[in-house]
Amino acid sequence: MLNVTDLVVNYGAIQAVKQVSFEIHTGEIVTLIGANGAGKSTILQTISGIMRPKSGQMTYLGHPIQKTSAPKIVQAGISQVPEGRHVFPGLSVQENLQMGAFLRKDRSAIKQAYADVYQYFPVLKQRRHQDAATLSGGEQQMLAMGRALMAAPKLMLLDEPSMGLAPIFINEIFEIIKAINAAGTTVLLIEQNAKKALSIADRGYVLASGHIKLSGTGQDLLANQAVQQAYLGG
Amino acid sequence: MQTIGQQLINGLSLGSIYALLALGYTMVYGIIKLINFAHGDIYMLGAFWGYYVINVLHVNFIVALLSAMVFCALVGVVIEAVAYRPLRHSPRITALITAIGVSFLLENGMSYLFTANTRNFPQVIKTTTWHFAGMHISNIQVLILGTACLLMLILELIIKRTKMGKAMRAVSVDPTAAQLVGINLNHTISFTFALGSAMAGAAGVLIGLYYNSIDPLMGMTPGIKAFVAAVIGGIGSVPGASLGGFIIGLLETGVQAIGLSAYKDAVVYVVLIVILLVLPAGIFGKNVKEKV
Ligand SMILES: Nc1ncnc2c1ncn2[C@@H]1O[C@H](COP(=O)(O)OP(=O)(O)OP(=O)(O)O)[C@@H](O)[C@H]1O
Ligand SMILES: [Mg+2]
Repeated sequence: MLNVTDLVVNYGAIQAVKQVSFEIHTGEIVTLIGANGAGKSTILQTISGIMRPKSGQMTYLGHPIQKTSAPKIVQAGISQVPEGRHVFPGLSVQENLQMGAFLRKDRSAIKQAYADVYQYFPVLKQRRHQDAATLSGGEQQMLAMGRALMAAPKLMLLDEPSMGLAPIFINEIFEIIKAINAAGTTVLLIEQNAKKALSIADRGYVLASGHIKLSGTGQDLLANQAVQQAYLGG
Repeated sequence: MQTIGQQLINGLSLGSIYALLALGYTMVYGIIKLINFAHGDIYMLGAFWGYYVINVLHVNFIVALLSAMVFCALVGVVIEAVAYRPLRHSPRITALITAIGVSFLLENGMSYLFTANTRNFPQVIKTTTWHFAGMHISNIQVLILGTACLLMLILELIIKRTKMGKAMRAVSVDPTAAQLVGINLNHTISFTFALGSAMAGAAGVLIGLYYNSIDPLMGMTPGIKAFVAAVIGGIGSVPGASLGGFIIGLLETGVQAIGLSAYKDAVVYVVLIVILLVLPAGIFGKNVKEKV
């Protein structure tokens, strides 16, 4: 579904992503794990069309996307749930969701999308008229995920959805990621919580200072000694 | 008591014009963090447009007002696309200096093309003055206040209720997240300039009716006062800009009424300084939100 080949991304003179290649097949949950500053968010921003690669190719459903604008990426079916949630303060929960469906025209499909999101996250329905800024961290994470779902993505990019959340929220978020995947959405999951991420992932890649260091099935990586030492606390 | 009532009416109708103008400053600042110094000149263009269509095409007030709004919206969109968009990723000071340059271009370009003379704005509506409880209220004042309030109400509905209005707010608070949901930044910014400039165009026609005279430099002082109004209200805040406009209008007429006409502009700045000392972010300004 998505093929990334020899991707290089710079911030000015700093090379944040160095010759990274990976692929995601339709229907999978793929996780990209790595320490702070490894380049994970940069990769997602590049796929989403917010940043431009220095070199390398990205093809999505057979089409090159390295020059595609951010709105066109969303239109093509790739939605991102950004690191730090980035819900829109000053807009209500429902308005945030409406913005998620910004490019969609089909009213009945949008209505269905609200219903689906409210089913995944009943708390958002309760709070739909509340300013998004007043939600708790976990609720904001749910809203950010709901907002991405409103675009009916084929591929969902999630950037550290468990960051800063209480354990009960983390479990709930991971359950919902599994459910979203089961309902037909392919998932690229970025996590520092490597154990949890690998346990739900079909495959995973380990990123360290801009390079892919290891790859394999979720189970293989969980069992891998180097991964255990570096990312799973021994 | 009568004088107070009278000044209140004068101040509100003048203030409503400043409010219309202040809205453009605040919306543009909200979305691209630029103080659009050319905004007062768009108001001047709106007044000239009104002058010509009324004198040459003999249109009525409504047509003059609406066509000036459309014309200024187009001018605003073009200015943004040509002058500001290429500088979107440049330091803010670069865009600011460019805005001052655009302002000079419009002022001097208009003086060059159409002479710098002051001309009488055609009185498209016959003035009648009502006497009421010792006050004089003209139909023009009522018309200005009514039109301005109606436009502000429409603007509020656009910003609060429509999808583009929500997209504008989304872009002002978080442009990257807005792009991630598929909002096109350029379209949204153009839309904001169109709205703000249309309000300025309306203000230009209304001021023509109010003061009865226009010239190519007429945008300078009201432009600065409307900017002050936007800052007092809290730059970026739409209700703040309206309130700020009314405050400035009331102050100006109030100061004139107590015989200090010569100081009316100075008072505006004194009030600005005092308000900013007490409320650094303006009346409705949000303190910069801490990142959690
Ligand atoms: N705006 C920026 N300007 C310059 N350098 C940046 C910028 N953003 C990120 N970097 C650098 O690029 C590298 C990769 O950053 P990135 O945010 O992609 O890492 P990450 O893997 O997402 O880290 P984290 O787990 O902390 O979110 C880091 O060295 C970082 O310092
Ligand atoms: Mg990151």
